[in-house]
Amino acid sequence: MLITKLKSREAIESLLGGTCFILNCHGCKELSFPVAEAEALEAELAAAGKVTGILTTDYVCNPENLQLRLEAHKNEIEEADAVLVLSCGVGVQTVAECFPEKKVLAGCDTYRLPGTQGVTPLEVDCGQCGECYLNLTGGICPITACSKSLLNGQCGGAKNGKCEVDPEMDCGWERIYRRLEALGRLDLLKVPTQLRNYSTDDEVYKQNG
Amino acid sequence: MKVTELFRQGEFVVTAEVGPPKGCHLEGVVEEAKEYLSGLSAVNVTDCQSSVMRVGSLATCKALKDAGLNPIYQLTCRDRNRIALQSDLLSAAAFGIDNVLCLTGDHTKLGDHPGAKPVFDLDSVSLLAAIRALEEGHDLAGNELVGEAPSFAKGAVVSPCSDSVDAQLAKMERKVLAGAEFFQTQAVYDTEKFLAFMEKAKQFDRPVQLGIVLLKSAGMATYMNKAVAGIHVPDEMIAELKADKEKTKAGITGVEIAARIIRACKPYCQGVHIMAMGWESKIPQLLELAGL
Ligand code: SF4
Ligand code: SF4
Repeated sequence: MLITKLKSREAIESLLGGTCFILNCHGCKELSFPVAEAEALEAELAAAGKVTGILTTDYVCNPENLQLRLEAHKNEIEEADAVLVLSCGVGVQTVAECFPEKKVLAGCDTYRLPGTQGVTPLEVDCGQCGECYLNLTGGICPITACSKSLLNGQCGGAKNGKCEVDPEMDCGWERIYRRLEALGRLDLLKVPTQLRNYSTDDEVYKQNG
Repeated sequence: MKVTELFRQGEFVVTAEVGPPKGCHLEGVVEEAKEYLSGLSAVNVTDCQSSVMRVGSLATCKALKDAGLNPIYQLTCRDRNRIALQSDLLSAAAFGIDNVLCLTGDHTKLGDHPGAKPVFDLDSVSLLAAIRALEEGHDLAGNELVGEAPSFAKGAVVSPCSDSVDAQLAKMERKVLAGAEFFQTQAVYDTEKFLAFMEKAKQFDRPVQLGIVLLKSAGMATYMNKAVAGIHVPDEMIAELKADKEKTKAGITGVEIAARIIRACKPYCQGVHIMAMGWESKIPQLLELAGL
């Protein structure tokens, strides 16, 4: 099971340069979604004229389902500077895969809760780290796409784009680099040194009893 | 002695690496280092290289230091979390070891304990940041240290001949931003590539030591081409090594090749780092051939 929490208002505002299309996922029942906070945020952004469209749907983690749902919103997405996704990390990554050249932003952090999770087997995965890094990595999860879950760039072990641990697997950081390059966001590699906080899941678990 | 001090004095810094043994006797590695490496600026000590369990890098550094050599403590993030890494850094400082080379480390699956837990709580960049914190008198969590803060020459690695050299340069910059003061490179066999890399790395204004791995045989070269990241031995060199075997003067060709690379690259870098992998005895001959 998992829990998503909205990132802080400041964090979201600093990510959004201009306009955005907002995608809410109310998919799996296990998922606790910050509905009230999300609505408040959306109302505020809409009032500021920053929203080109909003879609509230389910299972954005299912690429075919997602494509279908997005069909009616093509223009709104085209028009927006970014797609702001309020879902778990898998959802954000699936959206980012759909729009490799668009700024896709994660508005939530995904935390772990004990119990079963997930419905659709997928290539992308979310380790529920509690501090979603997708906004720094072009929508590719460094926790699950890198064998060492590195946060500050590739380890130097990749050969011909493949991970040192598994020659069948693309190096996650090589993919992140290429994605950021395509997005014109290589500057994101110069953000301050990232440290993982392993105490986050604990805290949320306690808060939610 | 900090190697950064040597770079500042304009010395062409020559280092080599030794691998601690799988056992608790350090006499052998110390004797070998004394015999072949005592003329060098410093000696790197690997940290369970290739994820193979051995005696510690720190203990070996201390033994080398006691024997009058200048150790560079290689520290990887594979086996220890941030508490243990910072603690080991303080231990190194307590022993007067003041050169550290920060590495992420190979994955545990590549070594002789493939079932071990891979840690990677920090990585090469956050390890550099941890050292910077300690130097500022506090730990990574912001707690103050007692007494005078430690101070290290902080090194890192980079792969100039990697197949994604742009990503390597980006990572190098990230290491510089986190506090890296000098760099040692992965093995270079392609001089052109190295010079092109140095041209781009100049902007970071950090001394770079050219990495050399002595080629022992054509087989080793082919193996590295297939399996080792960031290494490419050109076909002509492999042919040269093959011819060497026919002439039965095995060994000398690998040393000659290395000397040639060093001579070609010397004007463009600030030092050389030799990974002899058991051929430490050939280092004096290599330095002579390279004119060092
Ligand atoms: S960075 Fe990865 S593991 Fe962490 S919340 Fe985002 S998708 Fe999940
Ligand atoms: S090769 Fe790439 S994916 Fe594999 S551990 Fe290194 S950075 Fe991560």
